[in-house]
Amino acid sequence: MQELANIFIKSIFIDNMVFAYFLGMCSYLAISKTVKTSVGMGAAVIFVLGITIPFNYLLENYVLKEGALVWISNEFINVDLSFLSFIMFIAVIASIVQLVEMVIEKFSPALYSSLGIFLPLIAVNCAILGGSLFMQERDYSSITEATVFGLGSGVGWFLAIVGIAAIREKIRYSNVPPALRGLGITYIITGLMGIAFMSFMGIKL
Amino acid sequence: MSKDSLFSKKNMKLLSDPLDDNNPITVQVLGICSALAITVQLKPAVVMALSVLVVLSVANVVVSLMRHMIPSRIRIIVFLVVIAALVILVDQVLKAFVYDVSKELSVFVGLIITNCIICGRLEAFAMANPPGKAFLDGLGNSFGYGIILIVVAFFRELLGSGTLYGYPVLEKLGLYDLGYENNGMMILPPMALVTVGVLIWWQRSRNEKLIENK
Repeated sequence: MQELANIFIKSIFIDNMVFAYFLGMCSYLAISKTVKTSVGMGAAVIFVLGITIPFNYLLENYVLKEGALVWISNEFINVDLSFLSFIMFIAVIASIVQLVEMVIEKFSPALYSSLGIFLPLIAVNCAILGGSLFMQERDYSSITEATVFGLGSGVGWFLAIVGIAAIREKIRYSNVPPALRGLGITYIITGLMGIAFMSFMGIKL
Repeated sequence: MSKDSLFSKKNMKLLSDPLDDNNPITVQVLGICSALAITVQLKPAVVMALSVLVVLSVANVVVSLMRHMIPSRIRIIVFLVVIAALVILVDQVLKAFVYDVSKELSVFVGLIITNCIICGRLEAFAMANPPGKAFLDGLGNSFGYGIILIVVAFFRELLGSGTLYGYPVLEKLGLYDLGYENNGMMILPPMALVTVGVLIWWQRSRNEKLIENK
């Protein structure tokens, strides 16, 4: 249990998707103009990361990894399909996003109208594919750990985008040098937020 | 399209526009994730720029050739499959020839798949233009991307570790004997953002039509 809590905290603060790895920056910059839309986008990212990472974990451990196909027959002990992982992961992500979109549209129109427009964007959000690739690289020992990592990364991304959106709403009233307006100042603020988040780096979990 | 029109003035603009006025990173806001993460040193930045160059120009040509066959409802998935196949090729080549750099780039080679420059250009350009033009557009945009990558990496490596492409420039200049110290901050992730921010500031104060209205 403690192990899981550690992974959760670590993926939110220390290995924050935005500030430590710059993943999902494109949508982070494009959708952070108001707090309302950024909450929708952040929730959608948590949701999709929480679903795709366990799926890709199963895929990695029962199909792609060297010797993973042993459950079919012992002949496959030397088969290593890991070079296919990019294409498999992205296919899983794209189809799950599509599926989730349809399910939500059918069963919860209210959630669909708040999340709906963000879901298609997410298929090409690098935070999602990045989450799966980090999961592969770090070799989590169980599916629970992988899921917790996915949810934690999502929450970290959510915090980052809501934070920057709140700052951007305020900064509209300040006198920023013309050439720095919009994109430039957003970069610099994100850098400053990143420095703040770095204070978590010394924590050993 | 005849051969000479490929190098007409209009087509040359496709090549030169993304370098400045329509730069993918500082103006179109595409492909930022990878641009920031791998610019600690010049070498991985150069390798990354070359990989994106290959993937983007080939993907642009392939999609442009297939543009009349792709049903528009599933075009994103088609794009992803084309890109993912190319990225796997690039990844295998990198692993075979420059293994240490490929280790350093870690997940970011895979993330070329979701690099929005590629999807963005396929969607905005290759779907509507013939292969020759699409190829030039791919080249132009990846040069624009590469330039930013290399400039950012240049400053971060020089100020952060005092080397350029692994060569200890500052040590040879004897700056350390005068009491100079490397700025360790430049190596850390947040300074990449600030460097790009300053770059945008510089570009926009030079080129005023890019300034955003509030």
